[in-house]
Amino acid sequence: MSRRGMMARKLDRNSLLFFGGALLLFAVVQVLISVGVLTDYYSTILRIGAVMAIVSLGLNLIYGFNGQFSLGQWGFYAIGAYAAADLTYRWKLHDASGVAVLLMVVLFVGLALWGLGKLLSKVRGLDILSAFGLYLVAVFAAAYLGVRVGAVLTGPLTAALSALPEALASQIVFVVAVILGGVVAGEVAYLFGLPVLTLGSDYFGIATLGFTIIVKVLLDNSDTMFGFEEMKGARGMIGIPHQTTWAWVFVFLLLVVVITRNLLHSSEGRAMISVREDEIAAKAMGIDVARYKNLAFVVGSVFAGVAGALYAHINGFLHPNNFNFLRSFDPMIIIVFGGLGSVTGTVTAAFAWAILLEGVLRLFLPDGFETWRFVVYPLLLLIMMLLRPSGLLGGVELPFLKQLMPPLKPAAKGPQGAEGGQV
Amino acid sequence: MQTTLGQARPRSLTDRILRGRWIGKVLLIVLLGYAVWAIGRQAIQAPALFVEQVKNGLQLGFVYAMIALGYTMVYGIVRLINFAHGDVFMVGAFVSYFAISRANLHMWLASLAPGLPEGLSLLVGTLTVILLAMVVCAFLAVVIERVAYKPLRTAPRISALITAIGVSFFLEYFGALDFVFSPDFITYVRPFPVQVWYIKGGIHPLVPGSEAPGGSILFSNIFIIIALSSILLLVLLDVIVRRTKVGRAMRAVAYDKPTARLMGINVDGIISITFAIGAALAGAGGVLYAIAFPSIVFWMGIIPGLKAFVAAVLGGIGSIPGAFMGAIIMGQAEALSSAYISTPMRDAIAFAILILVLLVRPTGLLGEVEREKA
Repeated sequence: MSRRGMMARKLDRNSLLFFGGALLLFAVVQVLISVGVLTDYYSTILRIGAVMAIVSLGLNLIYGFNGQFSLGQWGFYAIGAYAAADLTYRWKLHDASGVAVLLMVVLFVGLALWGLGKLLSKVRGLDILSAFGLYLVAVFAAAYLGVRVGAVLTGPLTAALSALPEALASQIVFVVAVILGGVVAGEVAYLFGLPVLTLGSDYFGIATLGFTIIVKVLLDNSDTMFGFEEMKGARGMIGIPHQTTWAWVFVFLLLVVVITRNLLHSSEGRAMISVREDEIAAKAMGIDVARYKNLAFVVGSVFAGVAGALYAHINGFLHPNNFNFLRSFDPMIIIVFGGLGSVTGTVTAAFAWAILLEGVLRLFLPDGFETWRFVVYPLLLLIMMLLRPSGLLGGVELPFLKQLMPPLKPAAKGPQGAEGGQV
Repeated sequence: MQTTLGQARPRSLTDRILRGRWIGKVLLIVLLGYAVWAIGRQAIQAPALFVEQVKNGLQLGFVYAMIALGYTMVYGIVRLINFAHGDVFMVGAFVSYFAISRANLHMWLASLAPGLPEGLSLLVGTLTVILLAMVVCAFLAVVIERVAYKPLRTAPRISALITAIGVSFFLEYFGALDFVFSPDFITYVRPFPVQVWYIKGGIHPLVPGSEAPGGSILFSNIFIIIALSSILLLVLLDVIVRRTKVGRAMRAVAYDKPTARLMGINVDGIISITFAIGAALAGAGGVLYAIAFPSIVFWMGIIPGLKAFVAAVLGGIGSIPGAFMGAIIMGQAEALSSAYISTPMRDAIAFAILILVLLVRPTGLLGEVEREKA
């Protein structure tokens, strides 16, 4: 009892320190931006750093904590970016159709996935491909329904949003767009992960790489093949409102960090980590391996989608080349650099990555440094891998984020295992 | 999928309807049917065009096979996805470009013995250029292996993978510097003049500048060179892997490294040799690719490298015949889908095929059952 109490107090102090520090950091940067010490250029670097931190945290959940080598993170990032950009772009023209339709599509598809999941969990002996086919049919039907219902709701929603003050409405649309971007990415991840997560590690990596490439190709043809004229396909989407301020980025980053932390400290999180450590042993302990793989994949992809949505509103410009599969190595490099399975390390490395690549190297390297940047960068990577393969902050974690394991007790002292309910 | 508790229960109605694999099979058959319909309908209308596309696919497939073999051999032996392999391919193309345009290497026999027939001396010259690219690439790969991969052999696999990505970036952007290769596209100089023939009731040479009669099948000496040299190299590889002592050692190392070492095999040396052979094939592939598509740039290795890797996975990574088969399939998929289904979507189609094959056969078409350590 007393031990529990002590732990709780310690936890409180840690979280107080964490949130206080975060608030302080936020305030300092915000003041510097408002005063004008940090010019737009530097604040963009910081915002990009935060966005990269969110993507990388998602990947860290998938690879660092659940052990699934995924190169698909960048594809989900792209999905989130384009989905959210489309909503705010349309709202800029006082057309809430994007919000209404996507909201309904997400809702119906979510219901379809959930309902079919419930239904299929009763069925034995269904192979992956058949299940995937069923899911595909259900999702397309639900999406069609969503588009139809959304079209009906567009008028009232536009009227309701127009009644609000202009600034408030656009902020509401922005937040909804960011969240929907995340949810869309998550739903796609659920559908895609269902069959693909059953593959072995390297094969899973290649399949997700293929996913990223497929997404890029689809974006290249978004205007001709799918009728999203405003996305302009391979010419790049312009005119997205610049709504991602440092404050918004920070709020979402903090949210993602806290969600990651709480997820990892829950019994679900421990189940995920056990899947990483040893899949067979985890299965033997009664952990539903497929479910936890999918959970980590979906949550990680939601983060990627949110990050993409934020990214879209930084520069107001999206181009399919930004979502080239080569860039999907960036989050991978960041999490390895920061230390696999370290939240602190990931966030630090993401900021370091943005600042180093964009900012500081500019001071050291002469003009034309763009050509040298990618000569120096892989060399740093190589040296890093040779000298410290566990990453800069591997195994280091802020006290707030560290998992406080309950002290081991003799077996006689009552049930302790939270894992018991997971069967 | 998810199984409930394993007790025997009376099966529910949904259970009975959904049991069996028919839904997945129907899905596959519908997809295949669509592809066959989309291609077949137009193939019947214009059979000559169809044959030409198959030929283009073969040409691509041969080049992919040369790269895919390097991927599959290296993966089979050290379980590393060697992302730098595609850039070794690029280096091969550039080396041959400089050898041809700066050193006139393809003319050496013609200048030494002017009396020989031109075709023969150019053929020997072209083969020399390919050989040079192979040697340079093999050397480069051994250096990469020794510097970057060997120190990480006992490290976690992700470290080696990130290192491979780093080496890949390094080769690309180092090559993009002005004084190395070039940041721009370069028009490749072919080591031999192109000669085109058409088939219509016999083989006729096509006079440059004239049009072939409609409904005829065109082919050129580029195709012949690519097909001949890649088949030659593949047969050579097969002989090396199956018949020689080095090949036996390679297979032993791939099967079980500690035991191979106990049997007196120099494991590090064999790994280097594997890298060298794979890179030599990629270098030759680079020259052939540049001959077929005469425009080279520092990032040209990325997409063919990726496609070849996909081919290796498709055929079952670690299996040499599998890599060849996968490469031919990838070449055909690319040529046919860009001709008959959708040109901009051809990469998406290639990867969709990969994902589908992996879902049906998780270890690839000819892959062995997984013996990977978790």
